Amino acid sequence: MKSLKKVRLVLAILFFLPILLFFIDFTGKLPLFLHNLVSIQLIPALLSLNVVVVILLVILSLLFGRIYCSTICPLGVFQDIASWKSRLFRKKSKKYRFEYSKPNNIIRYSILAITIIVFIFGSSFLILLLDPYSIFGRTISQLIRPLFIWGNNGLTGILSKMGNYSLYQVEQVSFVPVAFSISVFFFVLVAVMSWFWGRLYCNTICPVGTVLGFISKISIFHISIKDSDCTSCGLCEKHCKSKCIDSDAKKVDDSRCVSCYNCISTCKKGAITYRSRYKYKKDRPVLNVVDNGRRTFLLASGAALSTVAFANTKKLIGNNESMLSRKPIMPPGASNFEHFNRHCTGCQLCVTKCPMQVLKPAALQYGISGITQPHLIFSTHVFCTYDCNICTSVCPTSALRKLPIEEKKRTQIGVAKFRKNKCVVFTDEKDCGACSEHCPTQAVHMIPYKDGLTIPEVTENICIGCGACESICPARPYQAIYVEGNTNQILAKKPSEAKKFNKKIDDFGF
Amino acid sequence: MKRRDFFKSAAIVGLASVFKTNALGSVVSGNHVAVHSEPDLVAVMGGEPGVMLTRALKELGGIGHFVKKGQKVVIKPNIGWDRKPELAANTNPELVGTLVKLCKSAGASEVIVFDNTCHDWKKSYTNSGIEKAVIAAGGKMVPANDESYFREVELPRGVNLKKAKIHHALLECDVWFNMPILKHHGGAKNSISMKNLMGIVWDRGFFHSHDLHQSIADIATFHKSPALNIVDAYRIMKSNGPQGKSEADVVMLKSLIVSHDFVAADTAAMKLFSQVQPTDMKDVRYIALAEKNHVGTQQLEKLNVKRIKL
Repeated sequence: MKSLKKVRLVLAILFFLPILLFFIDFTGKLPLFLHNLVSIQLIPALLSLNVVVVILLVILSLLFGRIYCSTICPLGVFQDIASWKSRLFRKKSKKYRFEYSKPNNIIRYSILAITIIVFIFGSSFLILLLDPYSIFGRTISQLIRPLFIWGNNGLTGILSKMGNYSLYQVEQVSFVPVAFSISVFFFVLVAVMSWFWGRLYCNTICPVGTVLGFISKISIFHISIKDSDCTSCGLCEKHCKSKCIDSDAKKVDDSRCVSCYNCISTCKKGAITYRSRYKYKKDRPVLNVVDNGRRTFLLASGAALSTVAFANTKKLIGNNESMLSRKPIMPPGASNFEHFNRHCTGCQLCVTKCPMQVLKPAALQYGISGITQPHLIFSTHVFCTYDCNICTSVCPTSALRKLPIEEKKRTQIGVAKFRKNKCVVFTDEKDCGACSEHCPTQAVHMIPYKDGLTIPEVTENICIGCGACESICPARPYQAIYVEGNTNQILAKKPSEAKKFNKKIDDFGF
Repeated sequence: MKRRDFFKSAAIVGLASVFKTNALGSVVSGNHVAVHSEPDLVAVMGGEPGVMLTRALKELGGIGHFVKKGQKVVIKPNIGWDRKPELAANTNPELVGTLVKLCKSAGASEVIVFDNTCHDWKKSYTNSGIEKAVIAAGGKMVPANDESYFREVELPRGVNLKKAKIHHALLECDVWFNMPILKHHGGAKNSISMKNLMGIVWDRGFFHSHDLHQSIADIATFHKSPALNIVDAYRIMKSNGPQGKSEADVVMLKSLIVSHDFVAADTAAMKLFSQVQPTDMKDVRYIALAEKNHVGTQQLEKLNVKRIKL
């Protein structure tokens, strides 16, 4: 029984560490299959309608309670680490300082209900904000990963001065204040809550925690206290980061227990067991506890519903169109704006994996509900690589559908627009052709202009909107060629091939 | 005799580094004085890349003529694009690998290869096949993806381009080889040895916004000129350059043009190219502009040109 905690720890490390490293890895060396670890996160699985994973997670929770929160959820493990580290800063007597507290049912059920209602009304904004995996993703990619890149670049500078090129300079993902503040806010919220109150965040705010709390109320295995052996010493209560053990009443609130098994390890009398709820039911005196949870839940949902009804739902969902000036460019595989906006939780995985770093978290380009969702921003040397479909391969929520490489090469995410009056061929009457040079499909090609000069022309139906032309156009600050994003991604025509040259040349020509 | 040869070539190399190989080349050709018997331009046709290179170098006095024991060598191929070798967007990897091997055999302490790529540099290094070939031959691939690798250099003879940031590996080496591939080019009309120099520079945008042709001619005045321009024409890209769309853009010419003279190399390469895709030399303006900048000559007939068919 006492080894259960160790099993939990090992599992937590096995899930947490690869996910953490996968987010931090800025070299693209870690294998892409690691994205499977984030595809089994509950919200991504739900959004991508991954029925198998959802059923497995439900079964897991029905069997063992909220073990998901203690092992699979990276934000959960992150909180355990924060809570554990906080002990180093406490006096010995206060190291294990938790005490039972009542569940904040109204808050947690309201948050869950509002999140669901808003989703039903068509906006994933609250899911984006509250999904624990996505909060973790944003925290790591925007707050932790940059530190590693700084470290790498500093070290690279020193090494390359010594003629060692084993490391190389890596560009930081650009700083987006709105997205950054959201990440900081949730990072601070989660870190402070776990530092002082253990798993309070999971049991008050996190909608995933609340849902799994429902399931774990009827889970087969659960923590129970053997009345006969318990001396009500309170040791387990002090160690319970979920603050769900009432040692006086010898009760455990299953809906908040995250199956961390710390109590089992800590009990000197062996009075705490992890066993089937149903097998032992008959032995136990039926506790006459009114299950307030359900009542509160209904109350909260009612309150939430009326709030939403009163509030202007349109405002809540956000009228996205009006906020756009230049149409933002969605990553390939997003299909259309509605699908993308509804499914993306802004976890930043695609942003961290994009080898060109052309993906950036959006501020308000997609409207309020699209904050932190990725969009493409072209800058010198930064555009969408023709032969790359990494973002579509790692997306766990199906906001980006996985595109086979041949389909990716024809997926039109936007269309290049040429404004002649800004082009250096027009303004300076000199050759340039940088845009056409970089165009992978030759949708942008050079046509005769005057005096042997050539000027770009765009064939829109073979343009895929990769932005290579915009990224390299020397006309600054307003490029002569730029990409207008598609709200509906379509399949561009296949570019025609050149005529083959079949004659044999066996003379130098000079 | 060997020792005498050595002293002779050492003296020439010494002279060359004092004056500048190009200048020496034009002096030699201009006066028709045979200071040394090596040709100014060697063209080889009909062999595999490595074989043709070895042969061309033999005509020029062997690799030892250019690389001395303990020297740091830089090779600058075209690795601009995330394309496989068959698409002829990048220099032939076998050619690069062979040169690395030859430099190593001549006692080079280090052979560094880099390019400031247009596509994702890691994918370009890998998919061009060049990284693999270089490492297998004992060379070193160096990144050029960040401004911090580049140092500013004055170009007093430049017309538009007066200064440029150039990769520090190239500034610090003892000798370097320019190793372009012959391609059609949407902007510059053709990409050969001088156009390849845009990959030693950080800010290519400046070129495009300040008369591309003049800027290319200006970068060719960079005081540290390459020991040789080795133009890969094993496969050439005849259309849709510089990236190409498919193998239909590629023509197999199995050729190689080697010269210390930028202008001569590019002129010869253009003549070879024009047999496949007729091009008006005047439209490739940077060649004439470079001649005006005194970095070489278009008059091949005045040079000692060696043509070899294998």
